[in-house]
Amino acid sequence: MSAPPPGAGARHVSLRSGVYADSVKLMQVSRDIGARDGVSAVLVAMATPLNLELAAGMGLAPDGEPSPDQLLIAIKAADEDVLAAAVTAVDAALAARERSTGTADAIPARTVAAGLDALPTDGSALAIVSVPGQYAVAEAADAIAAGRSVLVFSDGVPVEHEVALKRAAHDAGVLVMGPDCGTAIVSGVALGFANVVRPGAVGLVAASGTGAQQVSCLLDMAGVGVSHVLGVGGRDLSEAVGGLATLDALAALDADPATERVLLVSKPPAPSVAAAVEEAAGKLAVPVRSAALSPETPDLTAAVEALLADMGAAVPEWPARPGDGTTAAPGAVLKGLYSGGTLADEAMLLAAPVLGGIRSNTPLEPGLDLGTDLSATGHVVIDFGDDALTVGRAHPMIDPTLRLEALAGVAASGEPAVLLMDVVLGHGADADPAGSLVPALIAARETSATPLPVVIALVGTEGDPQGWSRQADALAAAGAAVFSSNAAATRHALDLLGAAR
Amino acid sequence: MSLGQLLSAPPAIVAAGVDVFSDALRAQGADVTDVDWRPPGFGDPADLAALALDPRRAVANRTAVERLMAAGSQLVDVRPAREVLGLPDRTLLHSGPPLTWDMASGPMRGALIGACLFEGWASTVEEAEKILAAGEITLDPCHHHRTVGPMAGVTSPSMWMWCLSDPVNGGRAFCNLNEGLGKVLRMGAYNEEVLTRLAWMRDVLGPILSRAVRDPIDAGADPLDVKAVLAQMLQMGDEGHNRNRAGSLMTLRELSPAIVEVDAPASDIAAVLKFIGGNEHFFLNLGMPTAKLAMDAARDVPGSSMVTVMSRNGTEFGIQTAGTGDRWFTGPANTPVGLFLGDYGPEDANPDIGDSAIMETYGVGGFTMAAAPAIVRFVGGSVPDALATTERMYQLTLAENPAMQVPILGFRGSPTGIDVLKVARTGWLPQINTGMAGRVAGTGQVGAGLVQPPQECFEKALAALAEESRAAA
Repeated sequence: MSAPPPGAGARHVSLRSGVYADSVKLMQVSRDIGARDGVSAVLVAMATPLNLELAAGMGLAPDGEPSPDQLLIAIKAADEDVLAAAVTAVDAALAARERSTGTADAIPARTVAAGLDALPTDGSALAIVSVPGQYAVAEAADAIAAGRSVLVFSDGVPVEHEVALKRAAHDAGVLVMGPDCGTAIVSGVALGFANVVRPGAVGLVAASGTGAQQVSCLLDMAGVGVSHVLGVGGRDLSEAVGGLATLDALAALDADPATERVLLVSKPPAPSVAAAVEEAAGKLAVPVRSAALSPETPDLTAAVEALLADMGAAVPEWPARPGDGTTAAPGAVLKGLYSGGTLADEAMLLAAPVLGGIRSNTPLEPGLDLGTDLSATGHVVIDFGDDALTVGRAHPMIDPTLRLEALAGVAASGEPAVLLMDVVLGHGADADPAGSLVPALIAARETSATPLPVVIALVGTEGDPQGWSRQADALAAAGAAVFSSNAAATRHALDLLGAAR
Repeated sequence: MSLGQLLSAPPAIVAAGVDVFSDALRAQGADVTDVDWRPPGFGDPADLAALALDPRRAVANRTAVERLMAAGSQLVDVRPAREVLGLPDRTLLHSGPPLTWDMASGPMRGALIGACLFEGWASTVEEAEKILAAGEITLDPCHHHRTVGPMAGVTSPSMWMWCLSDPVNGGRAFCNLNEGLGKVLRMGAYNEEVLTRLAWMRDVLGPILSRAVRDPIDAGADPLDVKAVLAQMLQMGDEGHNRNRAGSLMTLRELSPAIVEVDAPASDIAAVLKFIGGNEHFFLNLGMPTAKLAMDAARDVPGSSMVTVMSRNGTEFGIQTAGTGDRWFTGPANTPVGLFLGDYGPEDANPDIGDSAIMETYGVGGFTMAAAPAIVRFVGGSVPDALATTERMYQLTLAENPAMQVPILGFRGSPTGIDVLKVARTGWLPQINTGMAGRVAGTGQVGAGLVQPPQECFEKALAALAEESRAAA
């Protein structure tokens, strides 16, 4: 760079080696830089004798003996600031790459890295990964490496992979949602299993997929919308993961101007992690209310009602359809057949104080583990969405086969029962769950030797593709009692059992 | 934590896995790109995960790529291998991973025989075979001596070497002089024509080129920037491996004035100019050490899964990575597929041979097929194939080299820095453009075509990288 002669404004003359660009490209760059305010002369060109002559004519000759392989950058500007900006713009223009449109589509992206690389770098982007769990880590790591957040829907992701991914994401300033919690609504886009809910000011952080769906749907029914639903994975609040994504999601919502309140939804968390999260939440500017399930706080609907009270919003009468009045046979037991793990937990937490220990494939305490015997007698709640039951098949919210077989099994067993089920609507879920469930219910009630009351928690909204009322009416027509609140559905089932004792 | 713009604008979605989520997103009007995901082509899932999660990997690969891209290449000297490599008598360098006479293929044996005759270590073919078979001649890979050689790559002490220097990283790399096409030593031919040419190259070409390169530098001129020539070639229809026409002509243009100034008989000067002008691959032996300088600059970066060497000795294909030092990962070399000269056919072709795959390792050659539509028919492809090949290679590589641009792809930088993990995940192998040597010693070139490394090299490299990653954790 040469010193500016007095009174001539600012000058930049430099030579670079090892940079080659064709003359057309360089002429375009020169033209674009010359059009900037305050730039009076520009020559960006290979240092050929012809170009050096041009530069000398412009009073911008470089020092020394340039070689034609060198790139000459010569700019005259009104002041140093304009000059510096122009030099930076030259660098950007030389680095900018034109996007080819002719053939790029011919080779599909094989990895998330390739898919993200094809997107413009300046926009908002997110990866969603639902490949088999053992391979999910590489795809999710691609997103983090590209500085993008990722929703991992895959189940069967080893917990040590989850921890490593979430640590890397934290360092990269992005969020890993999931794994094994297929819910998120980000800036109005519903990802995985999520409902069509109105936009609003409540942000959800959810270590629970169906829990977040229950909460967001009830809020919607109360006229309250959500800003974002950030599903952090069913294990995030375990000792092993330590709330890594929950803490980052809370911080992100705290910084989000659209979020005025935060509700934290979770399966029963590890106590130490719950305490750490509570402490971190207390330091945020945005008020955070917990709807983490526990024996002391077993009811998601109650948590929503408390939040509505915080906001000064009225608690509506939660939509429901009465059943056909079928009463339970003497000695009836609770048979809970769930697709949502958090909804199953909520049902067990509410029922246990009334019925005693409830056996399950996802039990509240290890002594109640069913093992692989899903047809056990007594009070039983089964989560068909559990990893062990989704190996090699789709989630029960998509593929109801296994749950419908269990339904037929309960009816054929001869054990008197009250049937408690969830049906979850929304994006990603079965397009018409009642379509397969109604015939199965009718058949079960015909098969059953004793009256079989059916109680259904129908989680969804009117805006969902399946429509809450359409599904509720179809299920009610088959004799089921339908509730929009899983807690209300569970209590109704308990009432039926109580009346039978 | 603000998560970029994620919470302020609806995100574009890239989805890998089940269709149902993409369909639901499209129904909402979201911008969705589906990944054509499939299970990895090879590799233990635990190894793939260990590498994907290695916290060193991103930084290590960035470091390796930065060193590769920063590397320059200047032609600073031309000197005999004996002097510049310290190559002793009765030692021959060869292409590819380590090799013994017993396992050497026809063209490799032919070239080794020819070199023994050229050096005067044997006076007959039989004698040469005898001393080679008896282990009296030390064989060592070029790559172990900062050297690369096309095809058989056989380099003997009396051969003159291009000496290239990387002014950025301080590296040096070497390559012998290109003999031209047809019956040539590097293709395994060793008849009188070959030996006569080698003697002329030793006695006339080498000394004149040496003066033509050194005299201007001694007089204060800048050395020839070979990297800049390579960059320009890609904009002139060359891909830098199997098509070097523009590069060879540019080299002739750059060297001619100095060659003419050398104090030598006019007939020798004319012969040198005619030889260079008549050899469309003259530049290849300058392009290869240019790539070698860049790949050597990227060596020894713990945690990096970038390939630093791809090379073949006519029997085995070998690769090395930045994260595993100078360890070779080998597998049986494939035989190229392509077009044949004259009456030759596929049965005449030897398995893949030569260090010239350093060009693809550097991101040109087969990786920039799209830049050289004129060559695709020669190697048995079509123009859309060429474009698709380069597009595919972007998914195997870590970066785009802005110095090496492909005009037809909107001047996109070449796909650079092969990532072992990406090779495993995509199931796609690197694409190499190559010449084909006859499988019988003494035949010479039989054709040119396309070839890929055996997957086995990458399987072994992946396992070793994963093992190193776990040991480092």
